Amino acid sequence: MSLPTTVPVRALTAVTAVCALALTATACGGTTKKSSSDQGPGTAATASADPAAALKKGLKLAFLPKQINNPYETIVDNSGIATAKEIGSTAKEVGPSDASASSQVSYINTLIQQQQDAILLAANDPNAVCGPLKQAMTKGIKVVAYDSDTAKDCRQLFINQASSEQIGRSLVQNLGKQLGLQGKIAILSATQNATNQNTWIEFMKKELALPAYKGMELVKVAYGDDDDQKSFQQTQGLLQAYPDLKGIIAPTTVGIAASARYISSSSYKGKVVVNGLGTPNQMRKYVKDGTVAQFSLWDPKKLGRLAAYAAAALCSGQITGAEGQTFKAGDLGSFTVGKNGEVILGKPTVFDTSNIDGFDF
Amino acid sequence: MTATVEQPTAPPGARKVTARSLTETVFRAREISIAGCLVLLVLGTWAANHRFLSEQGIKDLLLNASILILLAVGQSVVVLTRNIDLSVGSVVGLSAFACGKFVSGTDRNAVLALLLGIGVGALCGLVSGLLVSFGRVPALVVTLGMLYIIQGTDYWWAHGQQINAADVPASVLDLGSGSVLGVPYLALIAVAVLAAASYYLRSYRSGRELYAIGSSPEAARLAGIPIRRRILAAYVFSGAVAGFAGALWLARFGTVVADNAHGWELTVVSAVVVGGVAITGGTGSVWGAALGALLLTTVGSVLVVLKVDSFWQSAITGALLLAAISVDRIVTLRMTSALRKRNARHVHQV
Repeated sequence: MSLPTTVPVRALTAVTAVCALALTATACGGTTKKSSSDQGPGTAATASADPAAALKKGLKLAFLPKQINNPYETIVDNSGIATAKEIGSTAKEVGPSDASASSQVSYINTLIQQQQDAILLAANDPNAVCGPLKQAMTKGIKVVAYDSDTAKDCRQLFINQASSEQIGRSLVQNLGKQLGLQGKIAILSATQNATNQNTWIEFMKKELALPAYKGMELVKVAYGDDDDQKSFQQTQGLLQAYPDLKGIIAPTTVGIAASARYISSSSYKGKVVVNGLGTPNQMRKYVKDGTVAQFSLWDPKKLGRLAAYAAAALCSGQITGAEGQTFKAGDLGSFTVGKNGEVILGKPTVFDTSNIDGFDF
Repeated sequence: MTATVEQPTAPPGARKVTARSLTETVFRAREISIAGCLVLLVLGTWAANHRFLSEQGIKDLLLNASILILLAVGQSVVVLTRNIDLSVGSVVGLSAFACGKFVSGTDRNAVLALLLGIGVGALCGLVSGLLVSFGRVPALVVTLGMLYIIQGTDYWWAHGQQINAADVPASVLDLGSGSVLGVPYLALIAVAVLAAASYYLRSYRSGRELYAIGSSPEAARLAGIPIRRRILAAYVFSGAVAGFAGALWLARFGTVVADNAHGWELTVVSAVVVGGVAITGGTGSVWGAALGALLLTTVGSVLVVLKVDSFWQSAITGALLLAAISVDRIVTLRMTSALRKRNARHVHQV
């Protein structure tokens, strides 16, 4: 009956669909696993630290971000790759397109097979990546976590953008100055279980508990799930629910941009102070139109640069990751490994009208 | 069988007219009940916090719902034909990024950006539509595949780039935040598209045929309706509307990264179903779908104003969805029995 006419059409469609899928698969492969074919002999690990050792050249470093299309991670990684080039090594970026807990595992396995000298990663989940990372370390590959830490025994170093305590406390101090230490404030965070945000919020609460802040009251911690629409809606809701709200701290780049965008086009402009962590490019418009007076962030370029130097220092045997060891990171200066293998980049930079045009990220 | 296809075998009769008017009465009741829920919700919240219905508050409610309403209108046209379009979320993302790239750092006109968005979306819709209608691949699979293909393309293209509000021309941003007499442009646009779609579905032969296809594809085929072309058109429309919504997304948020509107397809389908468009096709209206969208976004705002933790939002959306589907089921059962009685009466009269 109608079968003979439909079967070829259906078969054709199926073929088209499969081809289309195959095309996308390869297209994705092209972006996520680029230059994954370069192989080479691995370098043997040196057992003890020798601070005077020369920085080795020709090292192969691999950056594994949370996800490859995250603008922030891209800046960090590109800076790290450029730094590796400067010091005579090569680096590349590989990674998953989604930031789920298990998505990085297969990439770590591939990097082990490629015998990279060091893997630098921003962990999506502190424990999910542990098994393959430990395997990497037993094979002499150095592991450096940056931006987001893994469990402590699964890496040699963690390059922390700024200490959590500094971030949390300085955000409250900055907002306190803007508000004259008076008024109700709220926090607009990312997701309810984001480790870094929650740690910062804990320190914000500790800072607010100091007697100097007795005029300031934290009325609500809201969660915008790092989603534009949701963060937007949460900001609207906060301002309606707390008519006398004076300030909002958004320690997330999505949240602060959505908050600023809402306030810039609403009747609350000029009445509510927004502060938090954002990137200069994202916030430039709101700083210039007066919605936001200042916000902070560390320089992600410096973070990538420090991570590359630290990995090279590990591979060269200058450090092993033990507390108290020091290494040089070019123009960034000298850094000391702290407790639990943590290296801290420094204090976050405050951006305002006076300096925002000097930054492009 | 192929020979008989071309001949319409069921001439429209008086019976069909009564059936239609009954259906319409029932579903108008459905829209009224959603509107009722919405009014209760808004008034209840207003009683708790008067600022909820301040000028700014109303503007916020409309702004929040506009993009979802647009998407719901596009989606319901597809769902009416007993199909589904799961690719809308990624079409919004791709279109927002494409428009962002196009206007970023230039002073190009907002209208051009909107046209580009519509074009990008229509193209995506055309591919899905061709596969579903002419390829006869189940819509669920095709549009799921398109979701990943479009998302993959977007990721590959964006590769960590971001469009910033500072680079987007003022004419585009004004579209997202400006208003006429207190009513945001976005809301006016959504209502215009809604009214046009509603008029088309009610008053044009081809619009009515979409309902016919959804309620019984076999009968529609026997009646000589060009099913494939109609379904293709429905997908192109849904895609174009999603692309348009993407351009408006850029106007509203200013900041665009690759995974904007990630996961929105499910919110849109929920809005459509809550709004009384049967997921099995053939019944419902775009007004209902729009009310569904308004209800879902309003619930989100209400929870924040009432200081309820926001994770309840998903639970409430789910409950509304289940309630809507249960109501659908009960109404369908009742209507079937009512129609059966009527038809029996007609047969006696004949």
